[in-house]
Amino acid sequence: MATFLLRYGEIALKGQNQGFFLDTLVRNVHRALAPLGRPSVEAVFGRILVTIDAAPDDAAERLRRVFGIVSLSAVDAVPLELDALTAAVIRRTGAWLARRPETLTFKVDTRRADKAFPHSSMEVSSQIGGAVQRAFPQLRARMRNPDLTIRIELRDRAYVATDVLSGPGGLPTGTGGRVLALISGGIDSPVAAWLTARRGARLAAAHFHSFPFTSDRAKEKVLDLCRVLASYTGGLPLWIVHFTEIQRAIQRAVPDALRVLVMRRMMMRIAAALAPREQALALVTGESIGQVASQTLEAIAVINEPVSLPVLRPLIGADKTEIVARAEAIGTYPISIRPYDDCCSLFVPAHPRTQPTSAEVEAAEAGLDLDALAAEALERSERLDIRAPEIVAVTPA
Amino acid sequence: MSGEIYLDNAATTAPDPAVVQAMLRALTEEYGNPSSLHRKGLGAERLVTSAREAVARTLGVSPEEIVFTSGGTESNALALRGIAARARGRHLVTTAIEHSSVLTPLQRLAAGGFELTVLPVDRSGRVSPDAVAGALRPDTALVSVMAVNNEIGTIQPLAEIGALLRRHAAGGRVVIFHVDAVQAWGKIALRPREWLVDLMSLSGHKVHGPKGSGALYVRRGLDLAPLLGGGGQERGVRPGTENVPGIAGLGAAARLIVEHGDAADRMRALRDRLRAGLAGIADVRVNTPDEGAAPHILNVSFAGVRGETLLHRLEMDGIYTSTGSACHAHDPTPSHVLLAIGLTPELAGSSLRFSLSRATTPEQIDTAIAAVTRAVADLRTLVP
Repeated sequence: MATFLLRYGEIALKGQNQGFFLDTLVRNVHRALAPLGRPSVEAVFGRILVTIDAAPDDAAERLRRVFGIVSLSAVDAVPLELDALTAAVIRRTGAWLARRPETLTFKVDTRRADKAFPHSSMEVSSQIGGAVQRAFPQLRARMRNPDLTIRIELRDRAYVATDVLSGPGGLPTGTGGRVLALISGGIDSPVAAWLTARRGARLAAAHFHSFPFTSDRAKEKVLDLCRVLASYTGGLPLWIVHFTEIQRAIQRAVPDALRVLVMRRMMMRIAAALAPREQALALVTGESIGQVASQTLEAIAVINEPVSLPVLRPLIGADKTEIVARAEAIGTYPISIRPYDDCCSLFVPAHPRTQPTSAEVEAAEAGLDLDALAAEALERSERLDIRAPEIVAVTPA
Repeated sequence: MSGEIYLDNAATTAPDPAVVQAMLRALTEEYGNPSSLHRKGLGAERLVTSAREAVARTLGVSPEEIVFTSGGTESNALALRGIAARARGRHLVTTAIEHSSVLTPLQRLAAGGFELTVLPVDRSGRVSPDAVAGALRPDTALVSVMAVNNEIGTIQPLAEIGALLRRHAAGGRVVIFHVDAVQAWGKIALRPREWLVDLMSLSGHKVHGPKGSGALYVRRGLDLAPLLGGGGQERGVRPGTENVPGIAGLGAAARLIVEHGDAADRMRALRDRLRAGLAGIADVRVNTPDEGAAPHILNVSFAGVRGETLLHRLEMDGIYTSTGSACHAHDPTPSHVLLAIGLTPELAGSSLRFSLSRATTPEQIDTAIAAVTRAVADLRTLVP
């Protein structure tokens, strides 16, 4: 049996809509834990209390992927009564010391939400601190940078925690509308999709596949990236767009320096055509100003032209090192760096245009039957249902 | 896909039905531990003994000179590290086009205090015996040269190298001779005794046997340090309960090599047919030498076409090939073998390896020639 106290940040600031956000979060917590058993999930005093009959590490690993949760702690919940509280603190401290015998200093941090409890926070901290010292004579009390902080929250019951794990933050999935993310297989686009999903948006994804110019392993890589995203969102549809004929047509009819731009414009047209099928209100890309030739502002403007839907670019101001760090934290980085080319990197010209104009790109597209090409690509596309993979704790929570 | 044409037999081969049968028997009826004293143990031991005899027969050596391993990589590591651990000399010699399972252990030994000489090869991929002789020093402990190169098929002059090592040894300086014969087994005659080879590595899955099975020929009397500690199996050189199903499958594959004694000639004829057919395409370079190559490998560069794209284009027609050795296919750097025989990185990246098996048919070769011709023409229209 494991009990967790979940802390949510921004939702607490919501006014009249708070109930909607909180209900969604509670539902998402249920869904995230469903594979492990049937949890009890209740909103109490500005926190969410979760109880489930499962291994604490496995449950924590799943809760850490639920958008809206800022942090969480495995807790002991006991009646609001000093003897029960003391016993719980001694038990948890003993468990901590078994894992980290090198611990020398500690402090007790008490928060009293229920002022009906007949002792002040200070009194509780000092009484419990004394009991801890008697039980574990090797520990010394220390207020600044202690090795161990024993956290006590006095609410409807008393909750005792020794660890705080970070959650992803953001808003609960399902509170922010739907978006369609373009996923290439590189480092950036999955991070862009994740950041958008973290704001509560429901994800759908599209990938442009150009076999035989790219291999089935490049497609497998995108499936694996989407599985990581699904581990946060619960699942998402992925469109594998048949892009081979478009790639061929562009290669034959478009001047070398403009090929990537024309290709990106075709991707935007196809994504815009898919969006209503997924009820998506916006597209998401991983563009960041100036990162590559097709991501200058001039290029982004030209690429944006064929679509009227909003195109969200959450990485627009991020440096590559920041994006990589985020990809590592999310878990997409080791998949993104597998050495299979996506369709963008294969046809990259030696001297791409970095300051294209609409007129020259439109002229370059004149030889292409854009509508027929897009229609054929959509016709031969497939929609896959990506489910969350098995999540197992790899490090003790 | 029906009618698929598998021309990646240097990567791995389809297990022969007789191999599958032998393994099935070892997994179901003869599941005993060969070390057990009861009759289930004896049954398993007999399978191992019979497989050892079958493998020894293909090399013309004694069964007790065969040690079973998990495959070519382990055989190479056991040979190289097993000798280095017992050697007095500190100098090792090899060639620039060895498999990574030879080069990597040797480089690690070099990092740990050994000195390593890596000999170049000529444009056909052959190392000159004179170069080997010239590299020898009084403290040379080991020479490791592959029998057949896995990417281009070149056969190395093993008998000459063996003879010159013998002359060197006449001065009282014994040099151990290791041969990685993984790609040669079943394709060319292997005679370690005549060639004065001390150690020879073999792998099961390249000859229609199971993956995870292999063997090392260890010349009688040679002292080899084991990599692992444990029970006394394989005379203590390779302890651990025997992989009886794998060994039984390996033995069956070895018997089939003897049965199909004419397979090499048929493969050679088909390989030459493929060579002639592909040579008809404009701007190709055949990297496999006309003479002195194993019968099953043909490596060809198609200028202006990315090897990987051509591979996937052929895959659409149900034809399976390789851009180099399978262990390197996921590494985007060009093949060290093709660079060593003088190709530019661009041309090396435009190369495909076709590798045949005894099951390859003339019809498959003709279909493949037509498909490659079409695919190369198609992809070349897309070149900027």
